[in-house]
Amino acid sequence: MTPVESAERALRRAVPWIATSLALIAAVYVRALAFTPAEAAQGPAQKIFYVHVPSAWVAFLAFGIVGGVSLAYLLRKDPRLDLLAESAAEVGMVFTSVVLVTGPIWGKPIWGTWWTWDARLTLTLFLWFVVLAYLVLRGAVNEPERRARYAAVLGILGALLVPFIYASVYLFRTIHPMPVILRAGGPTLPGAMLATLLFSIAVFTLFFGVLLYYRYSLARLADARADAAAERRDA
Amino acid sequence: MAVASRSAGASRAEVAVRGLERSFGHVRALRGIDFELGVGDCLAVFGPNGAGKTTLLRVLAGLLRPQRGQVLLGGVPMERADARHRRQVGFIAHYSLLYDGLTAAENLRFYARLYGIDEGASVAERALGSVGLGERASDLVGTFSRGMVQRLAIARALLHGPTVVLLDEPFSGLDQRAAATLRELLLRLRAERRTMVLVTHNIDEGLELATHVAIQVAGRFTEFGPLAGGLADYRARYAGATAARA
Amino acid sequence: MHDLLRVTWAVAAKDVLLEFRSRTAFVSALVFTALVLAIFNFARDPTAVSARDLAPGILWITFTFAGMLGLNRAFALERENRALDGLLLSPASRTAVYLGKVLANLAFVGAVEAVALPLFALFFNVPVLPVLGPLVLVIALATLGFVAVGTLMSSMAVNTRLAELMLPVLLLPFLVPPVTSAVQMTAQLFAGRPFSEALGWLRLLVGYDVIFVAACILFFESTIEE
Repeated sequence: MTPVESAERALRRAVPWIATSLALIAAVYVRALAFTPAEAAQGPAQKIFYVHVPSAWVAFLAFGIVGGVSLAYLLRKDPRLDLLAESAAEVGMVFTSVVLVTGPIWGKPIWGTWWTWDARLTLTLFLWFVVLAYLVLRGAVNEPERRARYAAVLGILGALLVPFIYASVYLFRTIHPMPVILRAGGPTLPGAMLATLLFSIAVFTLFFGVLLYYRYSLARLADARADAAAERRDA
Repeated sequence: MAVASRSAGASRAEVAVRGLERSFGHVRALRGIDFELGVGDCLAVFGPNGAGKTTLLRVLAGLLRPQRGQVLLGGVPMERADARHRRQVGFIAHYSLLYDGLTAAENLRFYARLYGIDEGASVAERALGSVGLGERASDLVGTFSRGMVQRLAIARALLHGPTVVLLDEPFSGLDQRAAATLRELLLRLRAERRTMVLVTHNIDEGLELATHVAIQVAGRFTEFGPLAGGLADYRARYAGATAARA
Repeated sequence: MHDLLRVTWAVAAKDVLLEFRSRTAFVSALVFTALVLAIFNFARDPTAVSARDLAPGILWITFTFAGMLGLNRAFALERENRALDGLLLSPASRTAVYLGKVLANLAFVGAVEAVALPLFALFFNVPVLPVLGPLVLVIALATLGFVAVGTLMSSMAVNTRLAELMLPVLLLPFLVPPVTSAVQMTAQLFAGRPFSEALGWLRLLVGYDVIFVAACILFFESTIEE
């Protein structure tokens, strides 16, 4: 099987997984809306939490993957690692954006404003800027090897930055208390809500994995096609 | 002329290149280059634009890492960031690698410090004198003519006494007088038994200086060997090689 | 080690000399500073917002944006005549080249800060002299952090299609920890609060500097070697 054919096959393999994940997400919605009690103080608006928190978890996971894969690329210089990092960053961007959009949607009915400098949301906003910088940098470099190197360096530094932004935002909050609208609840969540949350996290993680695999396969396919075209030209 | 076969085992040649490959994305600039040069040899590399000649020089200079293959200087493999190899190599291009905002002397003194040359100031002064720029030592390079810049660039390249000199189209953009000066300098280098690799479009100049000739087309040497046969002979074969490609 | 210091100093001295002769980036930075001062003094309502409340934030905006004018220049000047190749051809360690550039950038940003700070003290009427010692420490630490990362970023930005636009995009997220710490500590110093209250921020700033200077030294070679 040629590289192009095996890349196409990998892509086709992903499709049933995507369908399954989407079905599971629908199941999460159904459970969250119909079968989970509403939170006392916040009412139905709080239910967006079952999308917001898992997306945040996935965004951080994506970040970590970009950082780790970038380091691996600098050590091994395997172009496939670069494609994986690119895929993780793009998919991570989607989930980070979901967090930034669902946050205000959650907050507006409760507090009346679209945005406050809530600690977690602020942290996510800065991370969104880092991923944006990563994607813009990739788009601005023509030569593939240089693009991979630059992106890898930025990916690693970006991953290192995360704890410092976290520390900055939370240190700021202890000095200047802000309204905390997006309370996750944590271990004090009652059973049914916790179960829905965990279910949602599992489903979102699965969906992330599937999207990552699909995006990566797309990148491999494009690469294989370009390689084949170049070989035909040189022959 | 056959392409030189790869020699097994260690090589005592001054410059040995084995199976060099380098791509930029899907563009394969070097697709397996092999050759060897002894001390004092001068290799002229001819070829059409896009053949990868500049890429070859940049790999030899240590500015680019090959994705496959090896470069050996004096029998020792040139791994990345090897200071010792960098001291052995001098690089002259059609761009000067100089700072227009510094004087000639300041440029050379800076390079002397980069290379860790003792008594950098006096070495720089002597180098300026040897290329006929002694009187312009305190003038900003931005005020120099193209020919003067090229002379200073040569002084810079030779400051640390390299045994291998790489030249990337050094004659480009030079008027007759400047080209003549450059030619003399290069002949002097040859007389000093420095090993040279010269990439040029100027076949006459190249053949005058060369002991070996290569024709590079699409990342490979279609020809490599000691200089033999006349100018017309080479012109014909060169035209043939580049026409076949097109 | 001796080689490293020698080359670092040579690169820094060369950069400073070049900037000193052309002065373009430095003058732009001063003009920017003057502009910020003028706008903030004339644009706000003095009774509504106290100058002292605004001063720390504005001070640091000025330092960072003026600083970026210098950072852009750091590798741009190596592009003419492809002088960067000259640096890479030499046996000089890449770390020494990086440190030399950082040093030169620190000199540049430091010079801008030395001019801007007294002007701010004057126009915003903030008590700089009583807290000069701790203030200089804060400025030095935060500047080190953002110049270290900025130098690395500019080595990449200069090779992209967007060049000068790319640097702020890459750098701004990385400025959040050091600049936030610096602004908070500056505000506390101006308000006359004891320095011990700012220890959390100081720890954050020092931690950032240690980690990122080390990381940038480690990864600079990857941005410059092909």
